[in-house]
Amino acid sequence: MTRARTDVGPRFLNADTLKGAWCRMSKLSINNLSMRFDLPNGSFVQALKDVSLDIESGELMSVLGPSGCGKTTFLNILAGFLSPTEGSVTLNDNAVIGPSAERGMVFQQGALFEWMSVRDNVSFGPRMAGRKKKDYMDNVNHLLDVVGLQDFKDKSVYELSGGMQQRVALARCLANDPDVILMDEPLGALDALTREKMQGLVLKLWKETGKTIILITHSVEEALLLGQRLLVMAPRPGRIHKEYRLPFAAAGVGKDLRTVKRDPEFAEKREEILSMIWDMEEEIMGRTEEAKA
Amino acid sequence: MIVLGIYIAIFCAAFIVVRFGISKITERRDFTSLKTVTFGDESAVRPNRWASFLSVLTLFFLWGAFTGSAWVPFHAPGPFVGDTEFTYTMEAPDGARDDATVYARVLPTGEKGDPQDVPAGDGFAKNDSIALAAWRSDLVLMDKNDEITRKDGGKVVAIDGQPVSPGSRVEVAHGTVAVTSKGSLNFVPDGGMQMEPIWLPAPESVVARVKEISVRGYQNFTLWEHLYWSLFRVIVGFLCGAIVGIPLGYAMGLSGWFRGWFDPIVEFMRPVPPLALIPLVIIWAGIGESGKIILLFLAALWIMAISARAGVSGVAISKVHAAYSLGASRWQVLRYVIVPNSLPEIFTGARVAMGVCWGTVVAAELVAAEKGAGMMIMVASRFQLTDIVLMGIILIGVIGFSIDILMRKAEDWLVPWKGRT
Repeated sequence: MTRARTDVGPRFLNADTLKGAWCRMSKLSINNLSMRFDLPNGSFVQALKDVSLDIESGELMSVLGPSGCGKTTFLNILAGFLSPTEGSVTLNDNAVIGPSAERGMVFQQGALFEWMSVRDNVSFGPRMAGRKKKDYMDNVNHLLDVVGLQDFKDKSVYELSGGMQQRVALARCLANDPDVILMDEPLGALDALTREKMQGLVLKLWKETGKTIILITHSVEEALLLGQRLLVMAPRPGRIHKEYRLPFAAAGVGKDLRTVKRDPEFAEKREEILSMIWDMEEEIMGRTEEAKA
Repeated sequence: MIVLGIYIAIFCAAFIVVRFGISKITERRDFTSLKTVTFGDESAVRPNRWASFLSVLTLFFLWGAFTGSAWVPFHAPGPFVGDTEFTYTMEAPDGARDDATVYARVLPTGEKGDPQDVPAGDGFAKNDSIALAAWRSDLVLMDKNDEITRKDGGKVVAIDGQPVSPGSRVEVAHGTVAVTSKGSLNFVPDGGMQMEPIWLPAPESVVARVKEISVRGYQNFTLWEHLYWSLFRVIVGFLCGAIVGIPLGYAMGLSGWFRGWFDPIVEFMRPVPPLALIPLVIIWAGIGESGKIILLFLAALWIMAISARAGVSGVAISKVHAAYSLGASRWQVLRYVIVPNSLPEIFTGARVAMGVCWGTVVAAELVAAEKGAGMMIMVASRFQLTDIVLMGIILIGVIGFSIDILMRKAEDWLVPWKGRT
């Protein structure tokens, strides 16, 4: 059960990790998901309405939309932190009823454990599962290599820069070997250069682990680069507005992402989505002004 | 007033000397020294170590100077000590006048001595001699040897040539003479500007008292035993408070039932000063060790419960979510996320609680105790042993300060990530 490692760089995941990832199929089904928050004054906010979607194993999907379109609510339901008012989510035909190790989560920032070293952060999942140190330490060291933090493994996380902290967060998530990785604006707090490097890293990890990744972002460019599938959501009520299937993620693996961005097709898609979101924003503004008047 | 003036003068003088003298020589060159905006930038305000040093030195010198300490080379003018004299003029009922001299011998505090031997002099008013201690006053008993007494209708009409009447005061050499309403003379020697030892003892007598009490003890216990008992009560009371309060705070932070149940109690007890509980605790548990420890337990309990609760609510929800989605159980989330994340808050609470406990134990001992720092100074004050009182206050302050420093060190060591998230 070994795969040819042609597309694998010199410092890459070992065969065991790959075996685990590729053998396991993980199908995420989202059926008629609705989410409604009742407010104390009797009104309510329809954060999501009738969202249905199937996500196949190994897909890289980015979710984009103006603020208030319910994308974070959507991700929190997938992670199991919220239960929807209607509809259901199933992973491999098992209903999602709460957070679990099958669905790893990478947060924007501040979700690392400051009281642990980098290595203890990365090995948190296996340790909590009660696995023996000798069983997981090779994999943890390997992941530290992949994200380029081998030399920092004994440091405290608060000594690292923002980009390094996010690499720790990615490694921590991968060390737990989840079926699906959910990312809530993981690169949102990083500066432009670090962000671009991290985008490359996310693509690389996706390609080499074959995990299903769902990524929420504010940046249209990031959504295009990191979305084999791109979901544009619209607000009030939160719903799927449009769905794209894009070649840029696959093309960008291991390449300079700026060449991908220079592609005329990329620029065209970016303009199309940007104007779509602008229209939504204007519609919201108009509606608020109407409400005021 | 004069002391305050001197203090302000030293403050200003020291500032000028350090600012334009010493600082120029030992100027530091670092990033902060290059900042041009320092007024308003709190991070650029560093305590001037010279100022701290001089501040302590100034207090010490003022103390020494105004108590006539042998350790301080200069003193404020002391009380008059030595021999002085003044004359009074007695008028007989028939209008005849005669002068007599009063020889006063003022002795240093604590010394005993006899009045001078003086010739009686001529006339019906005879010379007198008195001996008194500095800062004290003495009545001149003229009637004892004068031939015409006040009973006979004689009265003092002048002192040192200045006319007087009952109730008036006259400045004489090295003192003041007041004529009482009954016409006798009260001599008060000049007090100078120093403090009487009974109000403020000199530093060396406080130190001598420390040595004495640490060896011979006071009220059946040595100084160290008194301090040890106070400290022991604080530590036991604080630990009991923490052992109960921290889990209670966690429970309140984690469970709606616990929070609902204990919120009224905690919120009600928090603003009650522990000192207000002393009478109740004495009624319930007496003045022994258990009463003190119950009091300190109550003082620490609410502070620790509230800080633990605040520690739980201060956990970023993303950390808890991250732990759950990495497969941690509830217990593991508590053990590996909530507890470590709340440690900085708990340490802050522990520092406050230790401070409150230390203050409360001293107050409780002031009220009633058989041993302890507070009891020591309370009993000493009843016997006017100001040096013990002063020593006790200084040691209580030193211990309170040391406790806080130790807690801060422990905090730096145990929660190095505090304030860096």
